[in-house]
Parts: sequence; structure tokens; C-alpha cells
Amino acid sequence: MSRRTSSVIPGFGLTLGYTLTYLALIVLIPLGAMFLFSFQLTSEQWWALLNNRQLQFSLKLSFGTALAAAVLNGILGTIIAWVLVRYTFPGRRIIDAMVDMPFALPTAVAGIALTALYAPNGLIGSLFPFKIAYTPLGITLALVFVTLPFVVRTLQPVLADIPKEVEEAAACLGAKPLQVFRHVLLPSLLPAWLTGFALAFARGVGEYGSVVFIAGNIPLKTEILPLLIVSKLDQYDYPGATAIGVIMLVVSFILLLLINILQRRIQPQL
Amino acid sequence: MSLATLGQSAAARPASRSIGAIALIVIAWAVFAAILVLPLYMVVTQGLSRGLEVFWQAISEPDAISALKLTLLATAISVPLNLVFGVAAAWAVTKFEFRGKSILITLIDMPFSVSPVVAGLIYVLLFGSQSFLAPYLDSQNLQIVYAVPGIVLATIFVTFPFVARELIPLMEEQGTTEEEAARLLGANGWQMFWHVTLPNVKWALIYGVVLCTARAMGEFGAVSVVSGHIRGYTNTLPLHIEILYNEYNIVAAFSVAILLLVMALVVLLLRQWSEARLSRQLQANRED
Repeated sequence: MSRRTSSVIPGFGLTLGYTLTYLALIVLIPLGAMFLFSFQLTSEQWWALLNNRQLQFSLKLSFGTALAAAVLNGILGTIIAWVLVRYTFPGRRIIDAMVDMPFALPTAVAGIALTALYAPNGLIGSLFPFKIAYTPLGITLALVFVTLPFVVRTLQPVLADIPKEVEEAAACLGAKPLQVFRHVLLPSLLPAWLTGFALAFARGVGEYGSVVFIAGNIPLKTEILPLLIVSKLDQYDYPGATAIGVIMLVVSFILLLLINILQRRIQPQL
Repeated sequence: MSLATLGQSAAARPASRSIGAIALIVIAWAVFAAILVLPLYMVVTQGLSRGLEVFWQAISEPDAISALKLTLLATAISVPLNLVFGVAAAWAVTKFEFRGKSILITLIDMPFSVSPVVAGLIYVLLFGSQSFLAPYLDSQNLQIVYAVPGIVLATIFVTFPFVARELIPLMEEQGTTEEEAARLLGANGWQMFWHVTLPNVKWALIYGVVLCTARAMGEFGAVSVVSGHIRGYTNTLPLHIEILYNEYNIVAAFSVAILLLVMALVVLLLRQWSEARLSRQLQANRED
């Protein structure tokens, strides 16, 4: 793409200036302030925090459940995206529209509904001999709900852009369905799939509203990272809350970077 | 890109299909029913389990009304601000070339990847009682966190990228030729914006505003951290649901949840509508 001649279009200074000012006021300065505040922590304080069993447990729980939910959605989301793009069947339009429900539904509403559903006396919870709500399994299921749209919505456009002829050609040349999937579809779907996976994982690590009800918030059992921040704040432990906040922010930076790199790899294909 | 065009490739499929295809469709239906529909069913049945009168009482009691008012206030402030920002940012990013553009786009997207609790935390650290700003804020008698301004700020933060995100890809695709033509024909900057740019991005803009509004009304984590949970004063609808739920007032909690569920369904309908308009417009643009 050639460089644009911007001389006739007005508003560069005004819009960029406004954008940067607003960005700085709302996002950059508050985030920067948290980092500044974290620099006041001594290395001993950091060491004590990182060695804290409660934090280590919450780290494992949050990353573990987010990973499990992202993997599960990686599979279910691929099936849904595939079915929506490739087949016509009764209810396809409804399913397509409703996939975005978890994005539109406030997380607190999702949280209480899922808890009622998976509680030991709930509609689904009562069907199982073991507890689902108030365990890591319940947290994972809540995360599956809120992150379901990510993989579906990143795969759908890419899948729709792969011409059917490519698969047919492979099939004509003698490839079995699984071989077609592995050698033809997978390479072109992988960047989009990984993007959806990373988005779901990032959201899962930070998710609060839908998880807080079903988790039950039992320390060393179902206490996720965001919840640990809230309980530190309730105890006026600002350094502790800041440290966890910084850890979570660094993780989301890394994931954001990864997603950006992946998305740049999708672009040329479109 | 859009849902409507996705549908067309599927329309030409032959009627006969393999067992594998049928199995996959059944799985999709099962996931849809179990993961997406059942929670909604729970909200409605629990909220109405004691009849319409109890439902009505729960949503019309003074605490619920004041929570609704605060939710609407925070939405009414944050959506217009982020709308103006989104248009300005999309304009700067898509109509001009400058260094550091991709970093700027990444920074605009950042609030999405920050945990809502961290979003609340940064404002507590900046404006709370332990902050270096606290003596100044106290002397001015300004209360930001654990008060309405904090709730508004947190809402602005979590809904920050919505409008910009919808506009940037579309305006990138549309380029600058139409604006340049308008300018050469003698339009001034505002005329060009109102008569050329705005009609071109109308549907994406509406969709961005819809998403922004939905998130503003439904945000829980960030608002929860900065609210201080003062009933009748710093409670939004989602926080009100939490309080009712924790008081084991389950029916009332779900009654208020029905309000937000209806809002979510309206958002989905508007999405379908604006997406269809947008894809029709893109189609028309390509045919021109």
C-alpha cells in the first residue's frame, strides 16, 4: 500500500492529540501509577509475596482452569465454527446469533445462573454424584461459558475463506478426510485457532464476575487470582494487591503481544 | 467477515450428508443447549418462580431503582465519551500515516486484556486513601473511589476500546479517496465528515455503541472494586444482584438479573440487525 497523501484531509493534529490525551488520562497514567507503586516494594517484600502459599495456589488455579477452559473451547469452538460455516441445518441461524450471548450477558448474571445450574441441588449439579460448583471444575465450566465465542468467532471468517475446491482437490488426489484436515485445513486454520485460544485464555485468567459466585472463594481451594486481589484490598493490603495486579498485567501484556504476532500471520491469507 | 456472507457458502451444500456431519451438528446443538441456553433458562425460571408480583417488587424496590439509576448514569457518561474518542482515534489511525501507529492501536486495545479487577485496582491505587493524591483530594473534598466518580471511571476504562475497534478495520478498508474527493469538490472538514465519512461508517458505529452500552451496563469486576458496596449510593445493577444473592435473596437476585438478560437479548438483536446492514453496505461498495 502506498503512503497516503494526507495534506487535503484535515484533523490530524486534533484527532491524534485528543486520542493520546484521552488514552493517557484513562489508561496509561493509572496503569503507570500501579507500576510506580510496585517499585516501592522491596525485594524482600516481593520474595515474601511470591513465596506465599496462597498466591502460588491461586496462580496455579487461575492458569490451570483458564487453560482447561481454553482447550475445551478450542475443541467445542472448532466444531461449532465448522458446523456453522459448512452445513445448513435447522436452527443454524439461532445458534450463530446466540454464540455471542456470553459477550452480551453481564458476567454477574452468568455467574449466579451457572451457580444455580451446577450447585449440588441444581438442574445439572444434581445429576452428578460429585460436586461441580465450589470446585475447580465449576470454575472451568464458568470459564467455558464466558470464553466460548472467542474460538468460534476467530475461526469462522477464516474457515469461510478457504475454498471448498482445495479440499475437493486433495480428496480427488486420494487424501482421506483426516489427511485433508491435517494437511490442508489445519495449516491455514492454526493461526486463527491459536488467536482464539490465546484470547480465551487471557480472558479466563482475568475473569471475575462469572467465576466469583461458582467458586465459593475458599482459600487454598477455589480462590482465583482476581479474588485474591479483592481480598487483599479488603484487608487494606495495598502492596500485596499491587504485586498481584502487576503479575497479572505482565501476563496479559505477553498474551497481547502473542495475539498481535499471530494476527499479523493471519492477515496475508485474507 | 460478516455473518450474512458466511451463510451464503453454506447455502449451496447438498442435502445428503455423512454420519460424521450429522454427529457434528448434534454436538453443536448439544453445546448450544447445555452451555448457552440452560443458564438463560435458569435466570428466567428462578426470577419468576414466585410469580410476577414478587418479580415486580424486586425490581421496583428503592435500592433496585437507585442501582438502575446509577447504572444508567455511568452508561450515559461513559458511552458518549468513548464514542467521541473512538471516532477521533479511528480518524487519526486510518486517515494518516505516522510512526508508532501499530503501538497506538495495541494500546487502544489494552483495556480488553486487563482483568476487570486490575482495572478497578489501578483507580483505587491512584485515588484511594494511601495515594500520594489523597491529601490534595481530601483538601478539595473530592471523593473519587468508593463513590460515583470512581464507578464512572472504571466503566469508561472497561468500555474504552469498543467504538474504536469497530471503526478502525472498516475505515482502513474504505481508504481516503472519498474524503479527498469531497475536499476537492470544496467541502470543508466538518462537511466532509458529516456527509461522507459518517454515512460510510454508520452501522459499524452503531454496533460499537451497542457493545459499549451493553458492557457499561453489565460491568461487574471493575465497578465492584471501586464501589465500596454502599447500598443505595454506589450500587449498580450487577452489584445489586451480588448483594441480593449473598443475602440468600435468590429470587430477587434473579429478578434483577432478568432485566439485564433482556438487555443482552436486545444487544444480540441489534447486532444481527447492524451486521446485516453493514454487510449489505460493504457488498454495495464492492459492486460500485
